[in-house]
Amino acid sequence: MNWLSRLGGGVITAVQHLGRAGVFLPGVIAATSMLWRRPGLLIQQLYSVGVMTVLIVVVAGLFVGMMLGFQGYYTLVDFGAESSLGLAVALFLTRELGPVLTALLFAGRAGSALTAEIGLMKATQQLEAMEMMAVDPLGRVIAPRFLAGCIAMPLLAALFSVVGLAGGYLVGVGVLNIDGGSYWASMQTGVDVYDDILGGIIKSLVFGFVVAWIAVFEGYHAESSTAGVSRATTRTVVTAALAVLGLDYAMTAIMFDEV
Amino acid sequence: MTRKAIETTVGLFLLIGVAAMIWLALKVGNWSPATTHDYEVTARFDNIGGLTVKAPVTLAGVTIGRVASIGIDADDYSARITLQIDQAHDNLPTDTSAAILTSGLLGAQYVGLDPGAEETYLEDGDRIEITQSAVVLEHLIGQILIRTAEEQDR
Repeated sequence: MNWLSRLGGGVITAVQHLGRAGVFLPGVIAATSMLWRRPGLLIQQLYSVGVMTVLIVVVAGLFVGMMLGFQGYYTLVDFGAESSLGLAVALFLTRELGPVLTALLFAGRAGSALTAEIGLMKATQQLEAMEMMAVDPLGRVIAPRFLAGCIAMPLLAALFSVVGLAGGYLVGVGVLNIDGGSYWASMQTGVDVYDDILGGIIKSLVFGFVVAWIAVFEGYHAESSTAGVSRATTRTVVTAALAVLGLDYAMTAIMFDEV
Repeated sequence: MTRKAIETTVGLFLLIGVAAMIWLALKVGNWSPATTHDYEVTARFDNIGGLTVKAPVTLAGVTIGRVASIGIDADDYSARITLQIDQAHDNLPTDTSAAILTSGLLGAQYVGLDPGAEETYLEDGDRIEITQSAVVLEHLIGQILIRTAEEQDR
């Protein structure tokens, strides 16, 4: 009976956690309105969340694009359709890999840093000190980080796709000698701007929102101890990765339903 | 890093990110804001084979439009497809014929238009009367088999 009660306890804790995150969110969104008066806070966070993630996204995008170039070529060449390589690479990147892989990298690089930073602020009682000075920590600390995550993520995902396409071009045209013109032409006839490009952008917006939400929530509600901060950081990466992959399946099923 | 340097790099980041999005939409998605200048005509076929929505509509091999929708006509059980044609080619005669063709031996199917000789032109909502259905491989093989059987009987 012991394991049963532990299972039930786990479920109740998870639901309680989710409920707390849900209550937390409206406050954060409401607090973002104060950033109109203090844009400097947002710019600072855009730098540490966005700009600092550009390098890893560009490098990862290049390698993923080159990998897609090889894999796509060896799959398509069996059907004599290697001229459609550009289309295959573009659809993979804009629909799926761009948003999803960027969100996973983003959770690992920026999300964990956000949680650790906020968690440490809490553990060292800086957040309480702010409240004592009548400074709202939600507006001053949480909101700029949350909004910066929401803004940076779609831009990073677009960057990932563009670099990935260049990587696919390098391998396809440079190494495997397919025609450079047909690489772009097959892409332009086959990729739909609403279904594929806009769909990918919507995905990356949702992922950015969810990852930023999880990161600031876990940090803000971390236990005030060294071990608590480290646990919260781990939880951010794990929960964000699972949420991104689960949501990706759900959104793909909805978006490409009737195609 | 000074505050000015941070602001500059953030600005650069935003610019590059937005530029990447626009580039994706324009170059990869081939998005042009003027796509609304299309007109639609319908055509009825006995069989459309493997034609799909968004398949190209060509005139003399040049793509001038896309298949917008595919449906069934409830009255005579024929396939009714809607063709979306670029407004730049609004001078197609009313006796233009449409055929479902295949690019390559087993390639994707498309609609080929063959202009007629009438003085009046097709307009939005008109119907192409002369159509030629898709060639279904099984029917073709069936006909050949029947013909060879008939010849052997003789």
